[in-house]
Amino acid sequence: MADQLIKEQESGENGEAGVVARPRVDILETEQEILLLADLPGVRQEDVDVRFENGELSIHGRRVPANIGKKRTLWEYEPAHYHRAFRLMEDVAADRIDAELKNGVLTVRLPKAEAAKPRKINVKGE
Amino acid sequence: MFINSRVLNNLWREMDGFRTEVDRLFGRQVAGAAAVAAPALNSWEDETAFYVEADLPGVASDKLEITVKEGNRLTISGERKPHDPTNAVWHRQERFAGTFSREVLLPVPVDAEKVDARFEHGVLKLTLPKSEAARPRKIAVKTA
Repeated sequence: MADQLIKEQESGENGEAGVVARPRVDILETEQEILLLADLPGVRQEDVDVRFENGELSIHGRRVPANIGKKRTLWEYEPAHYHRAFRLMEDVAADRIDAELKNGVLTVRLPKAEAAKPRKINVKGE
Repeated sequence: MFINSRVLNNLWREMDGFRTEVDRLFGRQVAGAAAVAAPALNSWEDETAFYVEADLPGVASDKLEITVKEGNRLTISGERKPHDPTNAVWHRQERFAGTFSREVLLPVPVDAEKVDARFEHGVLKLTLPKSEAARPRKIAVKTA
């Protein structure tokens, strides 16, 4: 089942002060890889932390608070740190995981382990 | 094969969830145009200017349009292209894709010629200098 590829992890670990938001994600799967895109607006490259440990992918982004103590005229959202974690139900090649942060979007590519890739099996005849 | 009926069913289900997510993310819809989302804004001011910020991750800066009309009518509009790889199965789709537009009336007129727009790490940052006439002035009191 497609739904079982990746499971969200509820995590209580959150030592950091301030508001923490769950970033919005897209998750796609091709024959070669699992692709995760996460919206992390306001996060710089040095402030993002992506980890893969025991089959769990975690994303953490620190957003530098701005505009504190200003005279607000309109306030519709609270800039926050980001945290989200997923458990992968399929084997990935952990040493080839690749992550890129560009324009506030984090792209994580998780190549499937050789054993997990679909294969066409040749059927031998007589 | 990646495309089969199960995948299509999945897609439909994801899409329904997606619509409500979009509503939550962008809050208000533009009246009469349900397909267009409106990004949330934060704004603050000092004596010389208004500062407006909006989270627009993944929006290409050439797809962003910012206008100031009638002195105080600010419009931010643009488009975020959907990620559309071939032969991929969607497992989650929470991120917004499509066009968006938001219009706000600033409390006082700004100098449209001097508006500064920066786009950093997916955050649009506008500085809108208040027009000369709208700035606070210190009035010298004459004595007899």
